[in-house]
Formats: sequence, structure tokens, C-alpha cells
Amino acid sequence: MSAEPNVRTLTINGEEISARSDQSILEAAREHNVEIPTLCHLEGLSEVGACRLCLVEVKGARRLLPACVTQVAEGMEVTTHSPKIDRYRTMILEMYFAERNHVCSVCVANGNCELQDLSLKLGMTHVEIPYQYPQLPVDASHPRFTVDHNRCVLCTRCVRVCSEIEGANTWGVMGRGAQSLVITDLKQPWGDSETCTSCGKCVQVCPTGALFEKTSVGNKTRKHPEFLPYLRIMREGEQP
Amino acid sequence: MPLYAERPPLPSDDKRWRIVNGTMRKHGFSRNALIETLHTVQSSFGFLDEPAIKFVAQSLRVPLSQAYGVVTFYHFFSLKPPGKHTCTICTGTACYIKGSEKLVVEAEKQLHVRVGETTADGEVSLGTVRCVGDCGRAPVVLFDGELSAQMKAPQLAQQLERWTMQ
Amino acid sequence: MNTEELQQIAAGGQEERDKFDYEVNVCMGTSCLSQHSDRIRDAIAKEAEACGKKCQVRRTGCMGPCAAGPMILVEPAGKLYGHVREGDAKDIVEALGGEPVARLDPELGSYFEGQNFVVLENVGHIDPEKIDEYIARGGYQALLKALTEMNPASVIEQISKSGLRGRGGGGYPTGLKWDTVAKVKGAQKYVICNGDEGDPGAFMDRSVLESDPQRVIEGMAIAAYAIGASKGYIYVRAEYPLAVQRLTMALREARRRGFLGNSICETQFNFDIDIRLGAGAFVCGEETALIASIEGKRGTPRPRPPYPAVSGLWADPTLINNVETFANVPPIIRHGGEWFSSMGTARSKGTKVFALTGKIQRTGLVEVPMGMTLRQIIFGIGGGVPDGRKFKAVQTGGPSGGCMPEEHLDLSISYDALISAGSMMGSGGMIVMDDTSCMVSVARFFMEFCMTESCGKCVPCRAGTVQMFELLTKITKGEATHRDLDRLTELCEVVGATSLCGLGQTAPNPVLSTLRYFKHEYLAHIDEKRCPAGVCELSPAAVEVHA
Repeated sequence: MSAEPNVRTLTINGEEISARSDQSILEAAREHNVEIPTLCHLEGLSEVGACRLCLVEVKGARRLLPACVTQVAEGMEVTTHSPKIDRYRTMILEMYFAERNHVCSVCVANGNCELQDLSLKLGMTHVEIPYQYPQLPVDASHPRFTVDHNRCVLCTRCVRVCSEIEGANTWGVMGRGAQSLVITDLKQPWGDSETCTSCGKCVQVCPTGALFEKTSVGNKTRKHPEFLPYLRIMREGEQP
Repeated sequence: MPLYAERPPLPSDDKRWRIVNGTMRKHGFSRNALIETLHTVQSSFGFLDEPAIKFVAQSLRVPLSQAYGVVTFYHFFSLKPPGKHTCTICTGTACYIKGSEKLVVEAEKQLHVRVGETTADGEVSLGTVRCVGDCGRAPVVLFDGELSAQMKAPQLAQQLERWTMQ
Repeated sequence: MNTEELQQIAAGGQEERDKFDYEVNVCMGTSCLSQHSDRIRDAIAKEAEACGKKCQVRRTGCMGPCAAGPMILVEPAGKLYGHVREGDAKDIVEALGGEPVARLDPELGSYFEGQNFVVLENVGHIDPEKIDEYIARGGYQALLKALTEMNPASVIEQISKSGLRGRGGGGYPTGLKWDTVAKVKGAQKYVICNGDEGDPGAFMDRSVLESDPQRVIEGMAIAAYAIGASKGYIYVRAEYPLAVQRLTMALREARRRGFLGNSICETQFNFDIDIRLGAGAFVCGEETALIASIEGKRGTPRPRPPYPAVSGLWADPTLINNVETFANVPPIIRHGGEWFSSMGTARSKGTKVFALTGKIQRTGLVEVPMGMTLRQIIFGIGGGVPDGRKFKAVQTGGPSGGCMPEEHLDLSISYDALISAGSMMGSGGMIVMDDTSCMVSVARFFMEFCMTESCGKCVPCRAGTVQMFELLTKITKGEATHRDLDRLTELCEVVGATSLCGLGQTAPNPVLSTLRYFKHEYLAHIDEKRCPAGVCELSPAAVEVHA
């Protein structure tokens, strides 16, 4: 037993670290500068464990566990990188690239895209599995923003920020499987949405070029999701 | 001042809306009654259109995007009105092993539509279902909801002909 | 309700039945009813009245051999008739007390040999719409016993002792699951019955719900008492309208008799059950997805832990078991855990209901003790492959399971043996294939299923199943190379290891098991551009290049 009841000691890649009992493996790792790739995770939003890039090995567990939703535990032995995990992550990235039309050279987010960054970081140089080339729409009906489904990775950050932070619940997911699509209201054009407050938070949290500001076309504008943790701290700070 | 917006009025005088409203009332207009209510709309009207989804969503205070997400997630719900008759072919494993694929080909050929579509004259809708549980007598087809088992292509063709000839 | 009252109800029912010399039980399960067994019942009743024989014509649930339906059971002779038509009514009534009608013999051979009815003990004997008939066969004694003679801990002890494991497929020890939920603190707990029988080719749960719904209700009530829940839900597929109708009626009856509601059996135990309808999503068989669906949301699974035992429906502690698991509970409490554990193998106790279908002589529902071999079931009970064809494979476990070849026919059925053979128990579908089935096409069929049933939340399942489906399609067309086969194998590994829920994790199984046992069929498509079973239409271009 450690002296502090809410402190846990665990090892990540052989290094002993301590973490708060309510922290996830991901939080603990990042605090100690251990990099674990993520895509659907965003600090300030709820976790969904959907992108499967943060899977890590935990000694004694039957399966790989998502670091974002797995809480630390006393004596836990975590491995964040191994040839096997790296191979899985690369293949998952390949699946992302193959499932929609991620053509970096003509993408508004080129140079500012988390999917692109991940492929560079993980050394995914080419996609071996066949591209699906789905025919997906681009909706530019909103006066300020555009949604390009060809670039969407279905991370649902937009859905979560709209529901959890803005409270408008404009964004949702329709369909299922490969036919899933993010939608506004009853799948009507974004510009016709009755609930959208045009706050633009969804655009800022989108990791790729799926949601972008019209003014940023050809501009290489960075997105700024950093407001989220700040917002959350300010809100929580109001409570006793 | 009321805490929430008023519930929307019934979309029309159609009596079926009262049945829909009844389902919602039975569940205290709680959000989690969404699927139950959609079932009532589907069984009363045969399909769910946008005004219907909107009415249910607003009555239960479910965001529109979530209601639409639910409707399109579950394959039992249909956004299009069905034809006068429906032919639903089971494509469960037992039916597949007993040749349901051939039945689908036969029906598509005869009706000149793909699965999920309705003939141009609005007579027959062709669909598939994932197992109705009569696997012992596979392959099975539902004609207007009535189960017919140990189906053969000529038999299927005959039934469809009866509908399309009328 | 107390023991005397239960006995009174049972005695009353017996008295009523004693007034008749004969009993004609007409099956009114989905399968026989679709062949108008209701009209047959009416015709027989009319004939019986006309000839003056003291004959009670009754509605019962599914008797098992669906392919021989509509089925009729005549008592006290215990004679089964099959393929009965309305026109046979007169002959059936005339034969009462004499020689049975020879032409209506269902020719079931050894269908019932080796079967052991625990879950199906009441089939053919009770009217599923009458609670008193269930009581007359010992129904609700177990609930009464649990409430008045046992405390929750001892109920769980009996379930643990019985060795019962989840019948939905996973095989998690039921006693352990109950114990976990019982120990979690919470003011409100829930019991959920998973009746979302999504495995195509399986219909055990439909049959139990249609034929003996009170048994499931009783099992749930006992579970609720054991874990301290006051509210239950039965989640049933909307594709099973008759099951929903019977269940609705059964719940009303159970409330009327005081087995649901407040102060059940004059104790402080309160419990009630609501029905929730599924809406055509296989993934809702996964427990977290099922919970989301009951909450009125999209049925997408979420990562576990937290398990539903800790945080389930509306974040309260929740127990989820499937229909057949609950149906096993009343006999276990009635006869004790040891009785149950005396059946079956070392680690798989009791019996299992299977839906025997496909290329087999006698299809239908069978209940056998664990440990019986596949050969006994397929060739003994099922009568083997018809039309002089050759047995090729048997598929269990639905889209999560696998295909086993002839070499495995002597495998004794248990959770562990099936897994080591590359398949799994699943909910109990058992589909027999003969030499006219192409195993690559079968794998492709299951992959198509997983692809369209994927919820789309996590990328390995959403995109990986599409990739695997396309590779399998390529193989069936004769357009694939060895490189494609390697890629398929790698995708199987990644999708299985990284998917969020059971659907994706097990989606590769049909491919892996067919690759394990029928690799030569894959290679024939790839190397020789031919389909050994003659099923696949190979693309002419591929064949030409090969030639």
C-alpha cells in the first residue's frame, strides 16, 4: 500500500511512474512524456475508445486495452510500443486512409492534419489495402463553414463538443457500419440547421479537413482545440 | 414560466397520431421511449418520414440529430413508404445454405428492382431480413408479413406474378 | 401466493383435464402456425364435438421437429403426428383410442434419442398463454422456494454449484455474474433478459419465449431476488411478433397471479418486467449495445470496463443473461445445483438447446446434454445429410463461430472443446453443410453479415470487414493472388485483436476456421481458378488467363 491512498505506482515501458488513481493510462503516460498515438481522444471531451490507436499491452490482460479509457492500477505493467502494436497501428491507419478519400495534396488541412501527422509519426509510408473511393458529398451550405465527408474519420469529436460543451446537439451520427455519416439535425444542409449556433467549436476540434472555415481554404490555418481544457477548468472552477 | 418548451401539436387530424402520442404518454414522455415510439409510428404508418421523426423528437425532447441517428441505425425502420405488397426474403444462415441467394436473384429479376426498392408502380417492395427463426424449414419468405417456408424459385415467381398482374 | 395455493391451482387444472379421455395438443409455434395449425385445431375441435368423444383440443408450443410440421401430440397415447392438414381432423379424432393414423406418422426415427429436456421440459404439454398450466407442471415452485426458504446468497450458491454458464455464447459462469452484481452497492439494480437472438440460423430463444414464456419470467424473478433488483427488461427482436405477443400476455398473467408486482408471494420482494423491442441490429446482442438500445439510443457498444454489473442500464448495476440461461434457473432451484451439475462435462454442465438446420434430414430444435458428440446430434438425432450427398462441415456460433469438418465429428460438445476446434458454442445455431456448399462463399456470407451489422464506431470493424469482404469476393471470382490471401490473414489478425466489441473481435472467425480446415478450397479458387463445390461464378477473364 502506498502512503497516499489515491496514488498508484505502475510501470510504463519498464519505467516506474506514479499516477492518480482516477487517471487513465493515457493521461499518466502523457504526463511522463510517453507518447501514445490517439485520434478520437481530445482533452476536454468524453472518451469513446473508438479509434483503437491507443491500444496498449497490459501484463495479465487477455486483450490489448485502449489507454484512453483504462484506469491505472497498482502494479500495472504497461507496454505502449512493440513490433506487434506498431504493426497493428499502422494497419489501422491504412484502414482510415483507404476507407474515404484522404488526398493530402489537395486537402485544406494539408500540413495541419492529425491523421497526416499520425502517419508520419508511425512511419506509414504507403497504403497496401485497396482504396474504397466512396462517393461522398461536400456540404458548403453554411455561411462560414464547410463539411467534407470525404475527409471525415468518424471520430465524433464534433458530435461530442456540440453536445457536451455547446449543448446544441446539432451534430449526430446516422447509419451504421461503413455507411455511417456525421449529420446536422435531420441530415439537412448545415446551413438550414435550426439548432446550430454557428459557434465553430466543431471546426476547431475536427482532426482532419472534414470540417473547415471557408476563409481557411488555401490558407494553411491551424485549428485550435486548446480552448477545451481551459473551458472545462473554468466551468468546473465555478463549482465549490 | 414553463421550464421546457411546450410539446408540439399533433401533426394532423389523422387518428394514428393519437396512438403515437399514447405510446409516449405511457412512457411519461421520457427520452428513452424513443425507439418504442418509433416502433409505433412504423407500425401505424408503415414508415417514418421527416415530419414524423421531428414530431416524436420534439415531443420527447430528443435532439433531432439523435433521433435521425437512431432511425437510420436500426434496419427495422424505414424512411420510405412501402409498396402495396411486401416480399421479404430471409437471408439468415440456414436460408443461405438452402439457396436464398437464388430467390433474391429471381425476385430482383422479376420485379426489376433491387433489394430495398419498390416497383415503379408502387405495387411491390422487395426486402431481406436477417432470420425470422423458422430455420427448420428454410428457405423462408414473408409475403405481406405472412411466412411461407421451403420456398422454391418458381413458387416465389408465381406469387410475385399474382401481385404484379393485378 | 403460498405452497397450498400453488398446489390448488395445479390440482384444479388436473381436475379439468381429468374430465377428458383424450388430449390433442396442436403446436402453435411460429413455424406450425404459419402452416395454419390454428385452423387444424379448430377443425379437430369441431370433429371431436360432432363424434361425442371426450377430447380436449389444446394449443401448445413448439415440439422441436419443425420440418415435420404442423405437429400434433395425442395423449395419453403419446403419439406424434406430422404434416397434418385440416382434412386430417376427422381421421385423427376417429383414431382416438384405437390404431393411430399411419399416414400421419412424422417418421422421426431416432430424433428424440439421447435428448434430455430441461429447458424444453414443458414443450408439447402446456398452453403458453395459460399460466395455470405452467403452474401445474411445477412452475413458480422455484420462485416460491427461493423467496420463502432461501436467502439471496443461497440462491446464488445453488446457481454457482450448478455450474451453469451463459447460454448466449460467451459461457461466462452465471453464478459468478450474479454474485458480482449482488455485491455491488446500489439503490436501484436491473435484470435484463437478452432475447435479441441475432445469430441467423438460431431460433432457440424464439421457441422458448413462444412456448414457455413463464419459465423465463420466473428465472428473471429469481435472479432479481438474488441480486436485489426491482425492475427487469426483456429485450426481444421485433422480427419475432408471436414471441412478443405471448410474452406480453404472460407478463399480464404473472401480474394477475401475483408473481410480478409488489409483495410477491406475500414477501417484501417487489419486481416487475417491461418488454423492449429490438429493431434489427445484430450488434444489440452485445450487452453494452443492448443497454444503449433500451435507453432509446443507437445500439453502439462502449468499452468495458466498467462492466454492466457495476455500471449498466442508466449507470446502475445491471445483470444481463440470455433467454436460455434464465430458462435453466427454475429447474436448478427446484432440484438443486448438484442435480444440474450431474449432467454434462467437467466444465460445461447441464444441457444445451440447438437449432439443427441446413442440409440435414430432420431439422428442428433439440436439447441434449453437454458432452454429446457432433456425430450423435447430426447423424443420430438429425438423421444425417439427405439426398445421398456427403457431409462437409457443421457451423456453430453464428457469425462469431466457425465451420468444423468431418474430422471433428466425434468432438464432445462443450464451451472449451468448440473453441479449441476454432468455433464456439454461440447461442446454439448448428448448420450442417454438404458438398454442394463452397466454404469460401460461406466465409464470404458471414463477412457480408458482419460488414452490414457493424455499428461503425471503431475503425477495424467498420473498415476492416469491408476490406475482408472484398478480398473474399475477389477469391470467389478467381481473381485473387497469394498476396491477397496473406493480406486477408493479416486483416483477420488485426481486426480480431483491435476491435472494440465482440462483433469485430470474432468477425474473422468464419474465415480463420475455413482457412484452417478448407484451405484447399481457397487455393483451388486462387491457383486453379475453379470452385470445387461448383458454387462460385468465376470471372471469365480470370479463368481464361489461367488456361
